[in-house]
Amino acid sequence: MTMYDVVIIGGGVVGCSIARELSRFQVRTALLEQCAEVGFGTSKTNSGIIHAGHHSPPGTLKGMLVVRGNELYDRLQKELGFSFRRIGELVVAQSQEEIEILEHLKQQGVEKGVPGLEIWDQKRLLREEPNLSHTLLSALHAPSAGVINPYELAFALIENAEKNGVVLKVDSPVEKIEYQKDRLVLHTPTKKLATRFVLNCAGVFSDKIAQMVGLNDFVILPRKGEEYMLDKRLQGLVRRLIFPVPTKQSKGTLIIPTYDGTIMVGPTAQDTFDRYDVSTTYEGAKQVFEAVKKICPSISERDTITEFAGLRAVSNTNDFIIGTTAVKGFINVAGIQSPGLTAAPAIAEYVCDILENEGLELIKKPDFKPHIPKVSHFGNLSVAEQKRLIEENASYAKVICRCELVTEAEINHAIDHGARTLDGIKFRTRAGMGRCQGGFCAARCMNILAGHTGQAIHQITKRGSGSWIVTKMENHQHPKTGKEV
Amino acid sequence: MSLKWKTINIQKPGKKFNILGHMEQAYDVVVIGGGPGGMGAALGARESGVARVLILDRESEPGGILLQCIHSGFGLHYFKEQLTGPEYAERFLNKVIDDNVKIMAGSYVSGIAVDSDGTKQVRVLSEDHGQVIVKTRAVVLSMGCRERTRGAIRIPGTRPSGVLTAGLAQKFVNMMGMLPGKRIAILGSGDIGLIMARRLMLEGCEVVGVFEYLPYSNGLTRNVVQCLEDFGIPLHLSTTVAYIHGRDRVERITVAPVEKDLKPDLSQARDIQCDTLLLSIGLIPENELSQSLGIRLDLITGGPWVSSTLETSMPGVFACGNVLHVHDLVDYVTRESLLAGRFAGEWAQGVRRPVDNIRLIPGDNVRYCVPHSLSTEREHTIYMRCKTVMQPCKIRVGNLMEKKLRFVVPAEMIMLKIKPHLLDKFHGDTLRIDILPEDA
Repeated sequence: MTMYDVVIIGGGVVGCSIARELSRFQVRTALLEQCAEVGFGTSKTNSGIIHAGHHSPPGTLKGMLVVRGNELYDRLQKELGFSFRRIGELVVAQSQEEIEILEHLKQQGVEKGVPGLEIWDQKRLLREEPNLSHTLLSALHAPSAGVINPYELAFALIENAEKNGVVLKVDSPVEKIEYQKDRLVLHTPTKKLATRFVLNCAGVFSDKIAQMVGLNDFVILPRKGEEYMLDKRLQGLVRRLIFPVPTKQSKGTLIIPTYDGTIMVGPTAQDTFDRYDVSTTYEGAKQVFEAVKKICPSISERDTITEFAGLRAVSNTNDFIIGTTAVKGFINVAGIQSPGLTAAPAIAEYVCDILENEGLELIKKPDFKPHIPKVSHFGNLSVAEQKRLIEENASYAKVICRCELVTEAEINHAIDHGARTLDGIKFRTRAGMGRCQGGFCAARCMNILAGHTGQAIHQITKRGSGSWIVTKMENHQHPKTGKEV
Repeated sequence: MSLKWKTINIQKPGKKFNILGHMEQAYDVVVIGGGPGGMGAALGARESGVARVLILDRESEPGGILLQCIHSGFGLHYFKEQLTGPEYAERFLNKVIDDNVKIMAGSYVSGIAVDSDGTKQVRVLSEDHGQVIVKTRAVVLSMGCRERTRGAIRIPGTRPSGVLTAGLAQKFVNMMGMLPGKRIAILGSGDIGLIMARRLMLEGCEVVGVFEYLPYSNGLTRNVVQCLEDFGIPLHLSTTVAYIHGRDRVERITVAPVEKDLKPDLSQARDIQCDTLLLSIGLIPENELSQSLGIRLDLITGGPWVSSTLETSMPGVFACGNVLHVHDLVDYVTRESLLAGRFAGEWAQGVRRPVDNIRLIPGDNVRYCVPHSLSTEREHTIYMRCKTVMQPCKIRVGNLMEKKLRFVVPAEMIMLKIKPHLLDKFHGDTLRIDILPEDA
């Protein structure tokens, strides 16, 4: 049984951020992920917003970590090269009462050190965002908010962490945790791991993990969010993130110009007891489009090209639960709901401090490599740059996904850097994300993946476990030999 | 001038054909797409008398979607015999090769620029040659179409594996020898869905039913009979899939009858166990390239707006086949593309036909008509589709002519020939086409 200093349970953006932060130090770290790849849980379905930070009240842990998290993204992006852009956000007021809330939000933000907050009157608002409703009264502008592809962040973090020595084990749900003298032993279906510290980053399952060591002091109440992706022809409808005035439940239904330009609307906020319920619903769609139309009348349900849902890991304290527990060595990093993505890099720093306080020696690795190779999306390059890449590597001239112009070289790169499923390829390269939704490229990607991993075609999955794509034909025996063909 | 030639095998064993590998040479006509439309256009161009014709195809072998359509029924109109898709493709491919048309497979067109003298520079990403510029006088767009996906019709529920378009399922079964699942439900009664219902039944799958939200089938009558009725597969009209269930893989679907507004009536919903949901809910002409060129599109067909010579709004760029509008039969594609190729070849040689002077307007119960304008000096064939079923009925073309029809259905394209002597008498600039009840 291998002995680790730290085992992280859960490979979402939080687990991966901590893994990457710990990889700076001479600490033996492993990350256990129950899915086939990291980021395949809540992170994948996140709205992809790096919040400015004025939404969360001061005095809460999330309020404290969100501003610091936001600051850290510039450096992180330079090192890891994921898609991130500060486009700014607007909270729009639809009534006189809401204007007062804007003032309050601004005040809250200023206190916390959110940069550049400014109230815009109607004239300024409609000049900057002419497609918004003319009934809007004013808006709070926060220039430091940004958009990101959250799954790319998870992939980049873990790739860099692995490069610096962190051990990643996918398809490894934790089934049991034993306490032995000075160490914790984790059981997965295939392995046992011993460790001094366990970091419980299991998202919507984190209360279940805590129960494995007998801790019952918090519960996760998953809150579902449905998101609707709109056709590319609406690109440019808004240039900034558009928020309504927040309610107690959530930040409301947003208009999100994603990093790739496609407009996304959502999320809903629906409490659910089913920790696997990522279904979209008629009611959800109705809610989203009714809310959004009030802010931007030209958005229509008809423009939907795809939809999905994710679960926020909301805790009963309604704040992040980060810290040591009654069980020595077992540390919760739970209840990370919005703005968890923004806070993730700050959470990682915070958790390292806790570990150090708990006696883990954090000695910097002299050979820590903060960078991973930057991947350029071929389709976004100039003709001259494309030509140069093709001269270096001929498979850049082989187009696999024609809707998003993804080449074989990019698919190969994705597989070489961790993609093991069709979704893994899709979220790394965009192959299959376009208008035909994989109709043309799915079979090609399956062939390439099979070629690299040595899997048979029928073993390839959409996103691991039971998500098989094709199955073998039966009764196809050679007429003479009787052997299966 | 050095020429690099490359030979590759195509589906007929032992048969080889040549691919021109050198791109400095200028062409008269470059055809984008090597399916039936592209091959027809290339032959049409050669017939017009031009020598240098090139087909650019993104797949590793030409033939387009025909290659995965291994069922028969192709060629009844054009060859007067029943052929399979690959056979139909092969006949054209042989003609194309014999006719000295060059083919560059594995090539993706990423843009077209027009020089001040009208020469077009087609920018190609080629598996064999890297990034190259092909110069040509005329271009024929023949990129075909793609299938509508789940997102286009918004089915709520989970997003498991096992929801795929009928065409992708066809590729899995016929090209890769794999099954998309074992217990199959099909939403939409488009022709590919009907063909796949039969195909999967023959492979030992259970096909639990075809669900169509309209009160009539969207596929050809012959396919409803030969693919569903002959195999005892139920067709549920006015019924849709209201919900998809299953975490990793489809486990079941909820189906419900649709009300008058075409929304599902959930009070009458029921669940059906299946592991796969095939979608055959329509085809969309693939015009991203056309759009990037600024070519004017028809919002109804999704294809370019074309004159009677099948020329788009960009001079010297022509369009034919499913990229122009979705056809029912490949035979019609062939007919149209031969024509487009001929006009493109003429254009490359400097011939200009008289400019169209009559605009066609789709009137009552006419969804669209192609081409979008006519000239008065020659015979024209107009392709159109109706909006709803009507029987018996008549087509009225302005005040020029009326033609009685037994019935019209949206799934079956209507063809109408208009003779020049009729147009000659016409004084006006727009001609409205209506489909009316017989007694109107």
